[in-house]
Amino acid sequence: MTKSDLIKRLAEANPHLTLRDVERIVATVFDEIAAALARGDRVELRGFGAFSVRERAARTGRNPRTGEEVAVPDKVVPHFKTGKDLRERLNAHS
Amino acid sequence: MTERTITRADLAEAVYQEVGLSRSESATLVDSLLDQIADSLLSDGAVKISAFGSFVVRWKGERVGRNPKTGEEVPIAPRRVLVFRASQVLKDRLNAAHESEAAS
Repeated sequence: MTKSDLIKRLAEANPHLTLRDVERIVATVFDEIAAALARGDRVELRGFGAFSVRERAARTGRNPRTGEEVAVPDKVVPHFKTGKDLRERLNAHS
Repeated sequence: MTERTITRADLAEAVYQEVGLSRSESATLVDSLLDQIADSLLSDGAVKISAFGSFVVRWKGERVGRNPKTGEEVPIAPRRVLVFRASQVLKDRLNAAHESEAAS
């Protein structure tokens, strides 16, 4: 499923809303999650999962082609942990 | 910077502010959006949200784990796990914010 499929399904389930409203709802949700992570906040969606930000320390990397050393600055990476309900649903009939 | 935790209620509030539906309908839509993603992962195993990231279901084979406290070997059953891969757009956005915070 892609973002446009998601919009289509939500629009079908909510015929009283315009497609434009559904597009704005979907955009708002993902933008709000991204904005929270950019602030360094954690996003906890019970039953679904939690997004958080993890820090990676600066390190000295190496250009694999030339062998030259390059300084890699510290950075942050988003992380997702699957929620308990979803994890259990994934393994419900195994 | 104090770290907050954003919840479903905060996402519903944002939808309420942005789209102008009622608060209760905004909350219902946030829930059904997450349900659609979960259902799709269970049926097709992949959901791709452009400019955000993709969720993929992966299969993990059985392996032998170890109880870290007792050192005892325990089998870990094969299972399905969900993996999130952030898009480059999201990674860049977080690092741009991280850098401007470090500079200030």
